[in-house]
Amino acid sequence: MAQITLDKIRHSYVETPSKEEDWVLKEVDLVWEDAGAYALLGPSGCGKTTLLNIISGLLHPKQGRLLFDAEDVTDLSPDQRHIAQVFQFPVVYDTMTVYDNLAFPLRNRKVDEATVDKRVREVADFIDMGHRLDERAKGLTADGKQKISLGRGLVREDVNVIMFDEPLTVIDPHLKWQLRSKLKELHQRVKRTMIYVTHDQTEALTFADKVVVMNLGEIVQIGTPVDLFERPHHTFVGHFIGSPGMNILSCEPDSAGARFAGGTVATENRLSAGESGKRIELGVRPEFVRFTAEDGLPADIVKVSDAGRYRIVETRCGGETVKLLVGEGDEIPADGARLAFDPSNTRLYADGWLAGEGR
Amino acid sequence: MNKQINQKAWLFVLPVFILVAFNALIPLMTVVNYSVQETFGDNVFFWSGLLWFQEVLTSERFQNALIRQLIFTFSILAIEIPLGVAIALTMPRKGPWVPVCLVLMALPLLIPWNVVGAMWNIFALPDIGLLGYTLNALGFDYNFTSQPGDAWFTLILMDVWHWTSLVVLLAYAGLVSIPDAFYQAAKIDGAGSWAIFRHIQLPKMKRVLTIAVLLRFMDSFMIYTEVSVLTGGGPGNSTTLLSIDLVKIALGQFDLGPAAAMSLIYFLIILLLSWVFYTVMMRNEDQ
Repeated sequence: MAQITLDKIRHSYVETPSKEEDWVLKEVDLVWEDAGAYALLGPSGCGKTTLLNIISGLLHPKQGRLLFDAEDVTDLSPDQRHIAQVFQFPVVYDTMTVYDNLAFPLRNRKVDEATVDKRVREVADFIDMGHRLDERAKGLTADGKQKISLGRGLVREDVNVIMFDEPLTVIDPHLKWQLRSKLKELHQRVKRTMIYVTHDQTEALTFADKVVVMNLGEIVQIGTPVDLFERPHHTFVGHFIGSPGMNILSCEPDSAGARFAGGTVATENRLSAGESGKRIELGVRPEFVRFTAEDGLPADIVKVSDAGRYRIVETRCGGETVKLLVGEGDEIPADGARLAFDPSNTRLYADGWLAGEGR
Repeated sequence: MNKQINQKAWLFVLPVFILVAFNALIPLMTVVNYSVQETFGDNVFFWSGLLWFQEVLTSERFQNALIRQLIFTFSILAIEIPLGVAIALTMPRKGPWVPVCLVLMALPLLIPWNVVGAMWNIFALPDIGLLGYTLNALGFDYNFTSQPGDAWFTLILMDVWHWTSLVVLLAYAGLVSIPDAFYQAAKIDGAGSWAIFRHIQLPKMKRVLTIAVLLRFMDSFMIYTEVSVLTGGGPGNSTTLLSIDLVKIALGQFDLGPAAAMSLIYFLIILLLSWVFYTVMMRNEDQ
């Protein structure tokens, strides 16, 4: 058990990185609290697996230090760090039984057989494999194998952190949901730090207490699922999280907020002094846009798609596409539609970052 | 389920049947024909039943050749399989050296068999050959043309040089197909290199190794050209393996009946042993 600190970690797969693009990770500073459930969320290729492999020790960072509590572990090998990792494709040792698979990490560390037996049986019950200990691991289904690789991580008592690298990729959809809630339940029982890497926002938001969103090799925002939804720090977060994502509209700054589509839009934040020269955008989630009868921004309806309990309406407004959600029973105006944005959930972004935060 | 049987399908497999008939069935049946008859040429045949089979199976000459054959085959299997796996393990899995290693490994396989025999014959000659001369200069009394032990040593060395590459390439193909995650998981689980070999690499190489063992078994059991060029079965009969003996009987003595019977016995032994190897090695696969 430990608190994990990433101190100015940078990494590049190029031997001598010269350009900014050579860096897959651009200076990551981050503290993972002990026993937290984290998700590392980002699109493919954003550096999340690289970051994970640096924590597990499979990769050595080009720059920066990695601390477990106060101990510097940057130069330690994976088995010295006492970590566990579950990979995208399930790794089981084919020739062994389920029991031997679970016992493998302990036997490699010369733990006595009595303790091995006790731990293996405990963990097997945890992952619902108690009745299948004598089976060959080879014959298991993908979710069974994934449980075994998770079990191999849990079996050691000194594990500092358990990491999941998109563990549900090869699992059948109907089992995904089941395994995901199992992981959540497991976290509450074992009270260990868990880091869950994924590009699927549903997986991240259901599993984690705190979500770390990454893009292009840097961390864009760290927060609870609610934070990410209600107050995205970057237009990327707004767009990546939520379905459909946030509307991002270019606009002119104004004393009350912004000028957009010939009207004034009140916003929750203001630009700070240095930000007036930057690219200014307006961000508002489809959940916070509605049709209004009074004066609003004139818009043309382009498309309506039914999503069950609500409809997603796509409109053209001021030369941009604005999406909004309309409840099942609510009416969609035939023509002369006007839009209103909720002022407390409409924000200004300067060069992509939330304005007025002093970045 | 009511499946309609379409007899026209036979038409499509007919070419294959004809091909197989001409290159396998008809020659094989000719041999069967010879094995149960006696002939003195002029296309005159007398029925002799199983006489030739009895004669071959009870002859000391055949038994000795068979024993030599078994010793040869099992020696080269015992050397080539572990050696091939060991070399494959040391080969790089990524990077610019991969093609270099692969080409180097494939070279012996590209040399015609009779050339291999001739090369080693000259290489091992005690007076002018590099190997023979060096061994003698180092104080070993080495002469493969007169001493049976030296002949066997040279024969096995030649086969190991010629064919270990095949095992290496097959084992290597098995190794590179193992995903990185297996090695990473093993590292995290604290596995040593022996444990990685025993629990990851060996199980993943099992299929290709089965093929390697089968191929090397069949090929070495049928080996003719290299031995014929290197030692011609000598000194004496000491390296007369089954195929060498067969050719001596069939073409040297022109005993077509016994030679045909011996061919069939030879064929059945290879078939039987291949089946045994395959069944034993694949035993665990279906559990």
